[in-house]
Amino acid sequence: MSKLSPFGLMGLVIVRDLTLAMRRRADVMTILIFFVMVSSLFPLAVGTEADLLRKMAPGVVWVAALLASMLSLSRMFSSDYLDGTLEQMIIVPHSLSMLVLSKIIAHWMLSGLPLVLIAPVLGLQFDMSGQALMILVVTLLLGTPVLSIIGAIGAALTLGLRGGGVLISLLVLPLCIPVLIFGTGAVAQVLDGVSAAANLSLLGALLLMSLLFAPWVTAQALRISLE
Amino acid sequence: MTINWFKYSAPSSFYGLAGKLIPWFAWPAGVLFCVGLYIGFFVAPTDAVQSEAYRIIFIHVPASILSMIIYIVMAGYAALGLIFNTRLSSMMATALAPTGALLAFVSLWTGALWGKPTWGAWWVWDARLTSELILLFLYLGFISLQASIDDPRRADRAGALLAIVGSVNVPIIYFSVQWWNTLHQGSTIKLSGTSMHIAMQQAMFAMFMALWLYVIAVVLMRVRSIILERERNTQWVTELKEYQQ
Amino acid sequence: MRSTIQPGILPVCAIKILPLAIGCLHRILRKFIRQSYIIFSYLQRIIMSSLVKNDRMLKVTNLACARGEQELFANVCFELHAGEMLQVLGENGSGKTTLLRTLCGFSQPLAGEIFWQGKVIRDASEEYHADIIYLGHLNAIKDELSALENLRISCTLADCEISDSDALEALRNMGLRGRETFPVKLLSQGQRRRVALARLLLSKAPLWILDEPLAALDVEAAVLIQDLIARHLKDRGMVIYTTHQTLEVSGTEIRRLSLS
Repeated sequence: MSKLSPFGLMGLVIVRDLTLAMRRRADVMTILIFFVMVSSLFPLAVGTEADLLRKMAPGVVWVAALLASMLSLSRMFSSDYLDGTLEQMIIVPHSLSMLVLSKIIAHWMLSGLPLVLIAPVLGLQFDMSGQALMILVVTLLLGTPVLSIIGAIGAALTLGLRGGGVLISLLVLPLCIPVLIFGTGAVAQVLDGVSAAANLSLLGALLLMSLLFAPWVTAQALRISLE
Repeated sequence: MTINWFKYSAPSSFYGLAGKLIPWFAWPAGVLFCVGLYIGFFVAPTDAVQSEAYRIIFIHVPASILSMIIYIVMAGYAALGLIFNTRLSSMMATALAPTGALLAFVSLWTGALWGKPTWGAWWVWDARLTSELILLFLYLGFISLQASIDDPRRADRAGALLAIVGSVNVPIIYFSVQWWNTLHQGSTIKLSGTSMHIAMQQAMFAMFMALWLYVIAVVLMRVRSIILERERNTQWVTELKEYQQ
Repeated sequence: MRSTIQPGILPVCAIKILPLAIGCLHRILRKFIRQSYIIFSYLQRIIMSSLVKNDRMLKVTNLACARGEQELFANVCFELHAGEMLQVLGENGSGKTTLLRTLCGFSQPLAGEIFWQGKVIRDASEEYHADIIYLGHLNAIKDELSALENLRISCTLADCEISDSDALEALRNMGLRGRETFPVKLLSQGQRRRVALARLLLSKAPLWILDEPLAALDVEAAVLIQDLIARHLKDRGMVIYTTHQTLEVSGTEIRRLSLS
């Protein structure tokens, strides 16, 4: 009986979640399609004036990314909860926080990373400059993991409840507002010609802090939901 | 004589204590309300810059300060209930939430009412008002989470976790909103003058104390009804006078 | 003529004999010490093994559990030793599943303590969880993965390394020959239950906590499970279970705990 190392454990859970998602590809695609649709709604709503669109672009893309992340959160633990695998994970002789972190990483790879990869296309839709686009992608790269990590707390608290994705959004959106502010602030600063270092470093700080604390909080929330 | 510090930590004994305490908070609150409103609306002088409309701050400022205090107290009670498994602490947290949400809402409304005559707009994205809005969302999230969980024990503990996470986040949110606001706008709503007239200070203090006592009275009333609802199957509830009538 | 035995001969003899005597004594003593050491360590081993047999014990004192605000049962006490099986009886809603789940460590009881090997499970949870396997109402298998993949993942997570051939053999022993690599969603309810129960074949955990293990199983599979439990008990394992069907294990007396 060999003891599974923490990295072995994380690798096992991530590969498992990715395998499961690959066999159910539709779920991943719907989030991407939603993201693209929502950001295309804004020009339809406010008109096609180029200046206005360019100023709106970082905000619109970020809000769409936020909403798409919120929608995908309900799936993080619910399928494991419904077939009983989640409760087996709790009584496993390993750290639940590590298991949760692996699930969060797998979830981000399936819902956050595609958003980051598609964002440049959307930015072009809004006629953003190259430099602004790059900063937008960097902020999304730093910010979408934070959304997944903080969202995991909401997903764990609302396991099995009727509210679904809307309840998670209600709980998690206020907590994600700093990410939104720093993310769009970075792009706005670049558009103004100032360096975006301050906002980016604050985003990085948020990422580090949430990586440290949120998996443990999520593990406690899972224990509460599975009592 | 040894003091039993935990005598009132059981819902059954706290129910009686709360009932006796309510008038001691409610009447002074009412009196202080009248005093504060009188001083605020009639005695305090007209502000040099903002004329009569500024008087709304006598409701706005105590409401916003108290809504923040209540959130911290609520998170504290919820944490006690989570760590020590005491049901009464969780009941107090559940009782505090609606009052806190109401005060946050009142603060937002009075802020809007203040903004219209002063700045010409019903809503200005002032940093403090925006933080107040996010605080209202946090309260509403707490209330809806507890409302959607049927099992009271799970509801207590899940709500406690959410309240603690929220209270840790409140400084971060406040700071980021400040940052955002100073970048995008620059001017914020300020009280005129560096020192307040003595009557304004008196009115502010009176209204603050009045609101605080009111909050305590209302929360005690609410926690009594929560106790009754949660303990309805126990013997001491069925023996209560109110129950048998 | 005077005798040649001189008075000084005694000391000379003594001097000559003494070392020999000491040497003999030394050898006898050494042999004696070695023998007694062997006997002592043998005794020690017997005592320790009997102590260890007593240590493999689940002890529950004054347990009380609630669901929601309603107390289900109180003052439940029992001890379970190696080789014993305990059936939890009670009406629907009397708290059988809650008791089993509390024993797994999912929720804290209202009152009372649970001891495993003398330690409270709350303080030693990782060690305790390494020693139990829980099978509840849900099968804990993923529909999109095959039976083989499911088994490999659950065994690896439970710190029980198995090879593919072990897993395949376990699945075949559970009557799933030819279906090991199908996605589980193509299997029937009974077959899924068999996949879930295949974990028992590969697990090295001494304590089995089974909530209605025979549900959805046909007669053949039920016999299989009963044999499995019998073998586990003979290996000094322990089983706590609830069931609505009859579970008979030859050669073992079933202890019963009633919650109503």
